[in-house]
Amino acid sequence: MIQSIDYAAIAPPLIVAVAAIALLLADAFGASRRVLGLVSLGAVGAALVTVIALALGDRRATFCLTGDLRGNGPPSCSYVTDDFTLIFQGVVLAAALVVVLLSLEEITAAGARLPAGEFHFLLLAAIAGALTLVAARDLVLLVVALETLSLPVFALVALRRYDGVASEAALKLFLVSVISTAVMLFGISLLYGVTGAMHLDRVAPALGRVPGDLEPVAAVGVVMVLAGFAFKVAAVPFHFWAPDVYQGAPLPVTAFLSVVSKAAGFAGLTIVVALGLPAYGHVWGPVLGVLAAVTMTLGNLVALRQRSAIRLLAWSSIAQSGYMLAPLAVGDERLPEAVAATVAYVAIYSVMNIGAFAVVIGFRRRAGAPAAGPAPSWDTLDDYRGLARRNPATAAAMAFFLICLAGLPPGVMGLFAKIVVFRATVAGGATWLAVVMAVNTVIALYYYLAWAARLFAAPSGAAEPPRMPRGAAVRAAIGAAAAGAVVLSVAPQLVLQAAAAIT
Amino acid sequence: MILLVTLAVPLAGALLLLLPGARFLPGDAAVRRYGVAVSGVTLLLALVTAAVFDHGEPHRMQQGVDWAWAPAIDLRFHLGVDGVSLPLVVLTALLTFLCFVHMVRHPPSGGPARLLTALVLVLEVGMLGTFLALDLLLFFVFFEVVLIPMYVVIALWGGAGRRAAAYKFILYTLLGSGVLLVGLLLVAVNAGTLDMVALAERHGGGLSRGVQITAFVLIGLGLAVKVPMWPLHTWLPDAHTEAPTVGSVLLAGVLLKMGTYGFVRIALPVAPEGAQVWAPWLGLLAVIGIVYGALACLAQRDLKRLIAYSSVGHMGFVLLGIATLTPVGVNAALFGNIAHGLITGLLFFLAGAVKERYGTGDLAALGGGMLTSAPRLAAFLTFASVASLGLPGLAGFWGEMLALLGAYRPDGGLPRETFVTFMAVGALGAVLTAAYFLRLLARVTHGPVAEDRRDAVLPAPTSSEYAAWVPLVILTLLVGLWPKLLLDLTTAPVRTLLGGG
Repeated sequence: MIQSIDYAAIAPPLIVAVAAIALLLADAFGASRRVLGLVSLGAVGAALVTVIALALGDRRATFCLTGDLRGNGPPSCSYVTDDFTLIFQGVVLAAALVVVLLSLEEITAAGARLPAGEFHFLLLAAIAGALTLVAARDLVLLVVALETLSLPVFALVALRRYDGVASEAALKLFLVSVISTAVMLFGISLLYGVTGAMHLDRVAPALGRVPGDLEPVAAVGVVMVLAGFAFKVAAVPFHFWAPDVYQGAPLPVTAFLSVVSKAAGFAGLTIVVALGLPAYGHVWGPVLGVLAAVTMTLGNLVALRQRSAIRLLAWSSIAQSGYMLAPLAVGDERLPEAVAATVAYVAIYSVMNIGAFAVVIGFRRRAGAPAAGPAPSWDTLDDYRGLARRNPATAAAMAFFLICLAGLPPGVMGLFAKIVVFRATVAGGATWLAVVMAVNTVIALYYYLAWAARLFAAPSGAAEPPRMPRGAAVRAAIGAAAAGAVVLSVAPQLVLQAAAAIT
Repeated sequence: MILLVTLAVPLAGALLLLLPGARFLPGDAAVRRYGVAVSGVTLLLALVTAAVFDHGEPHRMQQGVDWAWAPAIDLRFHLGVDGVSLPLVVLTALLTFLCFVHMVRHPPSGGPARLLTALVLVLEVGMLGTFLALDLLLFFVFFEVVLIPMYVVIALWGGAGRRAAAYKFILYTLLGSGVLLVGLLLVAVNAGTLDMVALAERHGGGLSRGVQITAFVLIGLGLAVKVPMWPLHTWLPDAHTEAPTVGSVLLAGVLLKMGTYGFVRIALPVAPEGAQVWAPWLGLLAVIGIVYGALACLAQRDLKRLIAYSSVGHMGFVLLGIATLTPVGVNAALFGNIAHGLITGLLFFLAGAVKERYGTGDLAALGGGMLTSAPRLAAFLTFASVASLGLPGLAGFWGEMLALLGAYRPDGGLPRETFVTFMAVGALGAVLTAAYFLRLLARVTHGPVAEDRRDAVLPAPTSSEYAAWVPLVILTLLVGLWPKLLLDLTTAPVRTLLGGG
């Protein structure tokens, strides 16, 4: 019995994966850094086009159980290309496109010490993992995809071998990741033991019929599976890696971690809880609720104290994870609405956060010698003073991203993201969590605003502040993110409607 | 459609200012004239709205616009105007226009005029939209629109302590609006609609008692920060004192009204049972605010700070009116809203003029004898102070009198003894209000001129100052002598909102 494969359905990850291997080979044959970067960019762009083409067609599914294995059960396909998958693949690829753009200069610059071939290979491999993760509908494929996403990232973080900070960050990331994967695998094995199924559409009904004495086992399994994803999305208490890794890693990798990797992690979490574990909503709902509340509060409080731009973004993106988790705290009550809210928030967050990262990357690289280690002297928030006088457009874009992250008009996009999350949380009966969020948005506003105000303040100190780069790639990245933010602020319903349509 | 245009004009006006300054309206003077023109057109549109308004049916929503915006969350772009919102819309357009007129000759220093013009226009969009919105989330969106522009206005053009004041303002109000959002959504998901008209018609139908109680306290807390209600008022004195004149005028004249308007438009009709439970507490905090505001005013040394604290007291009267849950009380609240907007707007204009001439707002440093050294300015200041302390025949009187009257006979479900006590304490507060304004006049306008100022020549009010002050004086007189003008507009819709038929 041979499974037939729908190559159209798996085209996006396939394109990226093939391109990754091609790049590795090309590098071995001495292709120039510039060519490697362009091929990488082209592969991601091609995958994005395929996703758009797939979005126009019908739902596709492949790697399904064949005849007798299937029995009378549900279709049980491992890889499904539905609206949910396509939205996330779109978000992942669009963000990845910006990440590749941001990395072009860092990699191709004269004197750059990062190995270009390896960098692009690892990045594309991780993207392929993310693309598969969001389409996976069985536990095995989920784990495999999650690891395909995680493993290259360790190497990417450690790619600056000459830099002690990067090595330490990579080690930290590796250890936390391995532990959480182990915990998750244990959880999956418990779930398999209880239900006898790996496909989510079989796990879900089986969990509804678990005999009484096995219920605690299933509950433990559920919580352990959540732990794995909590690591990926940097939720407290699995967040310790984030600030150090964000600071130590090459900045494009940091942007990748905080946007692409996080979006994929949220997709995986949503898939598992909404498709596989609705019967245990009373278990994972409250767990995620507490996790969300602690994550956003801790993230925001620590972000308040940060003086370094990149660490501030790191902690703020931990806090943002809390907002994204919040709707899922409702458990199985009005779950579709909660899923739509999380999806909408992740999509909107990706746009505004990648924009903020693009500006930070452009700012910091201009400051230090390109790719010659971190330039700590131009990384504090105070260094952003007076940016508006030298680069009004960049400063305006940065201020807009920050206001969007804070969720206030004119950042209408962020405001609507906030509204849908609040709405889903309140609708699911978790009013307490909504109040916690309301308090958190105030804390967050303080540091976003403090940063935005610095952009327009008079420059401090005698040192000549860095000008923003002239590099076309970084400017294109900032411009693309800003355009996306403006469009979604004028018409936020675009994302909201798409997210609502998936359920 | 006219409402849509009323919102679109200031918004388009603000967006046009994004064009490069070298090509479009070079020079500050051109930008200032542009601001006057755009806000003038907006005022004209607001007046047209008032003219075509069917005064025979003020309780009906008129000039409605209702489009789907984001169906995924039931959000509709739903606007309309009735007798409750019409006076506030006109007041907003008027005060914004007067601010621009004032700025022509008296631009505040701190930042580019272009930015200030754009910010005030965006502010106007937010304020008008809040009063026009008939969708809970749309109301919230407009409610939030004012935050960033007002923050920037205070932070760039404010006084010495502007940064702290601006932060305090925005963090406080954002906390309020976060809680407000939770309350609005709690109503929305339980009632299944965001339509304020439909929700008001149901009078809490479809919402359980528990939900109503929770929703009222959440919405009420959110709005109370904006009003501001004691003890959530601490952002207000700093913000009002540090803000430039235009900022103070719009803050006191319009922004505070967004809170009380929200109470009347949303909190009372949507959660009547919740209102019954919380009304005594609301009344208690309102009278504490009245007395506290008055006592704080007696202790103030700064003119602007004194006016700011007087707002706490006046808004206390408005809240007391709302807390009675009777048509009389709520009418009083709406009347007090408009009166406070006119009088306090005028007071802040005058305080700005005083500060500009004397270089200080400190009462001790001002000395006395303003009637001698700057007779016209002093005359206006006397008028505004007397209006603010509630002299019969001027606008300030009716709001306070009717609020106290309402407290004498509160809604049947409320403890009457408690409210009669509130009335007595509130009346005491009114006396204290008179005391501090008279003290202010005694110290500033009367008495001998201070030694060191005897030779100083103080410029007479300019034409643009007269243009800003006189309309407010006329309206204060008009509304005070002919209160029916406003009461006729609000009575019917208030009955509809309270469910009195």
